[in-house]
Amino acid sequence: MSIEVENIHKQFGSFTALNDVTLSIPSGELVALLGPSGSGKTTLLRIIAGLERADSGRILFNGEDTTEHHVRERKVGFVFQHYALFKHMTVFDNVAFGLNVRPRGTRPSKSEINAKVMDLLRLVQLEGLAQRYPAQLSGGQRQRIALARALAVEPQVLLLDEPFGALDAQVRAELRRWLRKLHDEIHVTSVFVTHDQEEALEVADRIVVMNKGRIEQAGTPDLVYDHPANPFVLNFLGNVNLFHGRLNQPGADQHGADENAVSYVRSHDIEIERSPQDSTALKAEIRHIQKLGPSVRVTLAIDATGEFIEAELTRDVFKNLGLQQSEQVYVRPRQVRVFVEDYQI
Amino acid sequence: MKLFKRHNNVLPGFGPTMGYTLLYLSLLVLIPLSALIFKTAGLSWHDFVAVVTAPRVLASYKVTFGAALAAAGINALFGVLVAWVLVRYPFPGKRLVDALVDLPFALPTAVAGITLATVYSANGWVGRYLEPHGIKVAFTPLGIIVAMTFIGLPFVVRTVQPVIEELDSEIEEAAACLGANRLQTFRRVLFPLLLPSVLTGFALAFARAVGEYGSIIFIAGNMPMVSEITPLVIITKLEQYDYQGATAVATVMLVASFVILLIINLLQKWSRRYAD
Repeated sequence: MSIEVENIHKQFGSFTALNDVTLSIPSGELVALLGPSGSGKTTLLRIIAGLERADSGRILFNGEDTTEHHVRERKVGFVFQHYALFKHMTVFDNVAFGLNVRPRGTRPSKSEINAKVMDLLRLVQLEGLAQRYPAQLSGGQRQRIALARALAVEPQVLLLDEPFGALDAQVRAELRRWLRKLHDEIHVTSVFVTHDQEEALEVADRIVVMNKGRIEQAGTPDLVYDHPANPFVLNFLGNVNLFHGRLNQPGADQHGADENAVSYVRSHDIEIERSPQDSTALKAEIRHIQKLGPSVRVTLAIDATGEFIEAELTRDVFKNLGLQQSEQVYVRPRQVRVFVEDYQI
Repeated sequence: MKLFKRHNNVLPGFGPTMGYTLLYLSLLVLIPLSALIFKTAGLSWHDFVAVVTAPRVLASYKVTFGAALAAAGINALFGVLVAWVLVRYPFPGKRLVDALVDLPFALPTAVAGITLATVYSANGWVGRYLEPHGIKVAFTPLGIIVAMTFIGLPFVVRTVQPVIEELDSEIEEAAACLGANRLQTFRRVLFPLLLPSVLTGFALAFARAVGEYGSIIFIAGNMPMVSEITPLVIITKLEQYDYQGATAVATVMLVASFVILLIINLLQKWSRRYAD
């Protein structure tokens, strides 16, 4: 089932949550809505679900206008950040809920419901916990139950609102890999909201980067990462350094006219060397060294401008160079993107 | 019992606070109640049974406990409704209505009784419209239920209100996404979550109604065998200097109330079995 979002506008008082958003989600894709808090991504998801009404604009499922359809009729599966499980029901009853509330005519028989629920529990790998209450489960288990519950009604669209946001880092990583695998099996059109760029890059078929109620860029993970449309996207998908003025670089990704140009370099695209290889290297002083597990973050001050930049090196490179604080070194940006400075980050 | 392992407990002050609690409960509850039973013990078993099963006394149990259960039931139903309206919907004068709910707590019960009797009597504001339909409220057992409902109203509202406030709107949204209509959402999702607090409110309203005296005697008519409540039987016995008879009836009331409250408590525990 494809989803079309057409010119959606949503205002909360004086705050514009969504400003003329148009988006097309092809059938069967797993799409991430990525953006900082307040960017409107959750509001957009809730409008697609029918939990919130847009002030103007339309939502189409498979070309059919659903704007006026109640959330009950939209056949969407919604997964909440904080699970929203029914705590007074067992895991089994939670998953069976959507089937049990169907009108008598379309409700499956008890044994059919039973079989279906057990199938779903097997799918989320929790078949042994059917008779437990949500309070007796871990966060990761609860979210998988919430997912099974949403899938029980065979939704046309699966919507997930920061599904892993309340989980700790390890469970999070595990669960998102699992979600990707699950999606490859069941192929239901899915949209999930996240503020974690790593999560979006790893899981999604397509990423929609949002900021201040607008879509900044939409495309495959490779596209938004390698060819960011603007400094916001670039900055949001990884640490980035600013150089005021145009860096003289062969192969720089140039946008716009010359005045007010700002050059952006990702921190892992900065090389540090002891002696300048060519004229593009800039003299700098090491101000701070921070070790972050597999990588090392080095803060440097550029001699010519006094600007601070951050470089991220692998531990090996760092060891081979034998860098010390307050040392004079040369930095060479590997890949530079230049944008004209009317964007503000 | 974690509480009694002193060295494992990081909360300070267990000794003094527990000691004070016991002293307080003893002085205010335990000693007076044991004096009651002690006084009753002056009667022989045979006499005791004779006193507490006299037809007029038996009839008064029926009136008191029956009316109290009915009143608590009415309060459970409408108390939830009032609490729901107060939490969920904004309307003008909401704060006023909210304050009104507590009024039965503050009003002297005798005032309430006289007022209710006047309003519901055959020529009262409300009673005059009920009378032609053959509904008599004042000076009948129905009047007792009205008085008991009045004084018990705040209990259910005030115990259920905070629970409704705490309800997570996401579970209602989740239910709607899964295809449940409003009624199904209320019946299957919201009500089970409210049930423990409704039962608590019911128990409080019931206990209050059983013990009520002041407002009821004005509206009940106090006809022996028909609309005479047990507390009045006790007072009557006291006025006749039948102290042992009075305490015997009081003891039966005490035990019966205790048993009923215990059952409600067990029900309440069952209704939140998912929490542990």
